[in-house]
Amino acid sequence: MIARIIESASPRALALLAVVTLALLVAPWLVDSYVLSVLIIVLYFAYVGQAWNLMLGFAGQLSLGHALFVSLGAYTSAALFIKFGVPPIIGVFAAIAMAVVAGCLIGYLGFRFSIRGVYFALLTIAFAEFTGIIVDHISWLGASSGLFLPVKNQQSNDLLNLRGSPTMFYYVILALTGLAFALCSWLLNSKLGLYWQAIREDQEAAEASGVPLFRYKMIAVAISSGLTGIGGVWYAFYYNNLFPETMFKTSQSVEIILGSVVGGVGTLFGPILGAFVLTPLGEVLTAATDGMHLDGVKSFFWGFCVAAIVLFRPQGLWPWIYNVLGLAPKKEGKR
Amino acid sequence: MSGGLYLNVAVSGLLTGLIYGLSALGLSVIFGVIRIVNFAHGEMMVLGMFATLVLFRALGIDPLLSLPLVAAALFAFGYLLQDLVVRRVAHLADHMQFLLMASIAVMLISVCLMLFGPDAQNAQVSYGFDSFAIGPLLVDKVRVYAGAAALVVSGLLFAFFHYTPTGKAIRACGDNYTGALVVGLNVRRLYALTFGIGTACLGAAGAIMLLLVDVHPYLGPSYTLLAFIIVIIGGMGSLPGALLGGILIGVSEALAGVILQPSLKSAFSFGLLILVLLVRPQGLLGKVAR
Amino acid sequence: MSASVAAGSAGALTVRNISKRFGGLVAVSEVSFTVAAGEIHALIGPNGAGKTTTFNMIAGAQPPDTGDVLLDGVSLAGLRPDQICRAGVGRTFQIVRPFNELTLVENVAVGALAWTDDVAEARDHARGVLELLGLGDKKDARPSSITLPDRKCLEVARALATKPKLLLLDEVMAGLRPTETDRMVAIFKKLNADTGLTILLIEHVMRAVMALSHRVLVLNYGRLIADGKPEEVTRDPEVLACYLGAEAFD
Repeated sequence: MIARIIESASPRALALLAVVTLALLVAPWLVDSYVLSVLIIVLYFAYVGQAWNLMLGFAGQLSLGHALFVSLGAYTSAALFIKFGVPPIIGVFAAIAMAVVAGCLIGYLGFRFSIRGVYFALLTIAFAEFTGIIVDHISWLGASSGLFLPVKNQQSNDLLNLRGSPTMFYYVILALTGLAFALCSWLLNSKLGLYWQAIREDQEAAEASGVPLFRYKMIAVAISSGLTGIGGVWYAFYYNNLFPETMFKTSQSVEIILGSVVGGVGTLFGPILGAFVLTPLGEVLTAATDGMHLDGVKSFFWGFCVAAIVLFRPQGLWPWIYNVLGLAPKKEGKR
Repeated sequence: MSGGLYLNVAVSGLLTGLIYGLSALGLSVIFGVIRIVNFAHGEMMVLGMFATLVLFRALGIDPLLSLPLVAAALFAFGYLLQDLVVRRVAHLADHMQFLLMASIAVMLISVCLMLFGPDAQNAQVSYGFDSFAIGPLLVDKVRVYAGAAALVVSGLLFAFFHYTPTGKAIRACGDNYTGALVVGLNVRRLYALTFGIGTACLGAAGAIMLLLVDVHPYLGPSYTLLAFIIVIIGGMGSLPGALLGGILIGVSEALAGVILQPSLKSAFSFGLLILVLLVRPQGLLGKVAR
Repeated sequence: MSASVAAGSAGALTVRNISKRFGGLVAVSEVSFTVAAGEIHALIGPNGAGKTTTFNMIAGAQPPDTGDVLLDGVSLAGLRPDQICRAGVGRTFQIVRPFNELTLVENVAVGALAWTDDVAEARDHARGVLELLGLGDKKDARPSSITLPDRKCLEVARALATKPKLLLLDEVMAGLRPTETDRMVAIFKKLNADTGLTILLIEHVMRAVMALSHRVLVLNYGRLIADGKPEEVTRDPEVLACYLGAEAFD
């Protein structure tokens, strides 16, 4: 598979990829803790953005409730760790299961009842908010006061328990992002990927060509929600506290998809690029408006940037950069 | 718990529901005709609330009296927004339209934050603590006036859409875009008008709502979701449906708050939304979606 | 290409008394006919006669209100379109529906994946089918960059890639120049002769109908008004009456 990517990409693209990968691998030694924390957030959003991208970009279903899967993964693994001492390396499987079950439930209801487009998006929002309110009332999970993981000293890195220094978390999320990318890339060229793209392009024509719609849509939803759930596990152990009021909110779901849409839905590199652009932009804006005591300036500019991209670069930044940097191979290939 | 309490709660919910319905009308009108989902719905209503607050604080004008002014201001805002910005994404995919409206929502919240700060503020009117007593019913005067105002504005809207040439033209656009073009209607201008009317509804609803709740910049999202629930239950694109849905939600939310826990009110509404989406996505009275 | 495009020599279609109404409109009314395995039948009739609706009922896109559809004696009732496709029915659409973001070879490969899980094998087969239809040199292009006649060929290629026993063609000749029409006719004739592929085609282009069909079926207002050899049907007074005014005779 790696061979196929390499042979179909242009030398320029490969060089760029190599440089970026190398830079990311050595980053912790080169940057200070602040920049590292920013990079960590960038990679987190690149990861969940990629997971989300699978559902819309590959199976054509818009989900605006992906925060649900993050939160389910987070709460499941956190609760297992706190209440039963289950390490996250094991807890992650329960987290995946929870997220996949929720995803499949929503997917099943949506597909079974033929709910598409904006209605499906609203269904996902409703499920996320609904679950959030329910969790807010479950005192075993801390209810609205939140769920807290005990924070030990950060001297030793315990990978299996996800307790350790920011550098450890950095490499974990970097590995996850890399794996997500590899997975999506592999899937794209598989029967699954071709069927998904067919469904995305024209459902009925796909069905007439032998594609079982329901089954493949469900697979996309399952993989998307499962991957997102894993992200939730990482989230819980990195941030150490979970509040239902913020975690399940639609605004969280929107943050998840922001990178993907800005970078380019349906493309492999879109979510990663989007995250790399937006998160640092946010940080720069915060720094720039720091002394101004103007609460809304940063978010205003943020909203403005997103609106600008939607209006002037609706395909996302990745296709544009792809052309600008001349990354296309001699033969027409996959972005 | 006495029946009297339930009755009071239900009536109170009904009156509040009328305002919800008015705001949902705004959403429904825009979606029914232009087929755009206004995800900045709640934020625009909050904008209306703040505008009303300013007039109240600065000039002492009662919210119900500044209603026409605020509605007009938001009409202009919506008209320009549609004509200059929203129109350009009409051909794009759902998620792009959503993101545009969401980013507009963020910008609106930011503006409110910058101008008014994050704290909750309210408009305390002189009759704010009075109530009407009718038999077992004890209803706040503000709530009655609010409900009445919402009913009046809704009535005006119905009249507009059913009896004026422009109103009928707008409905024609919603029914058949190509047909409207063929017949020579200036669809672009009508769309801008429609959006403006939708946001004017929000301005009106916001002015009225200020009588009942405190306003702060982050109030928007919950109203957006509420309006969606109402419009979907009542039926996207159906004006009577929006009012009916508003009343339904208002009453059931109020009762749920009393029977269950108050904090579970929204959960009930969301549960209802999920149910309706599954069973009858076009709502009680609505058109089938595109 | 060496591998046969159609799977085996079966593909007999039996349509028994199917009807379809949409609200108050009766689109198709009690239509019955048989297409023997290995034959080419044409389905003609004025616009709105119910031809595409009939196709939709055979291919599973719309279930018939009454009656049944059988492929080689096996009922297709209740099956989804993708199941019917894998049972051996390939179809094209009247207005072409390519997968726009996929290359031609990928488009056709999707069809081939109906009978194999191996993407490489599917791509190989796709290349072969594209060659057969004269699109081999454009295999890495996207549908938006090729002409409409080529997009129609693509549609046919994708359906053929599914290794159908029965091929449903919906107005594939519309908009083609006579030379292109002749080319298509030649391809179908050869496929039919070499592999015994059963074909049912909806057509307005009489040139193709006369050149290809063993039998012609005529629909008018949802009813079957003629079913016979091309020469007989085109002289049938009732058929002529329903076509009066139409420039269908070349």
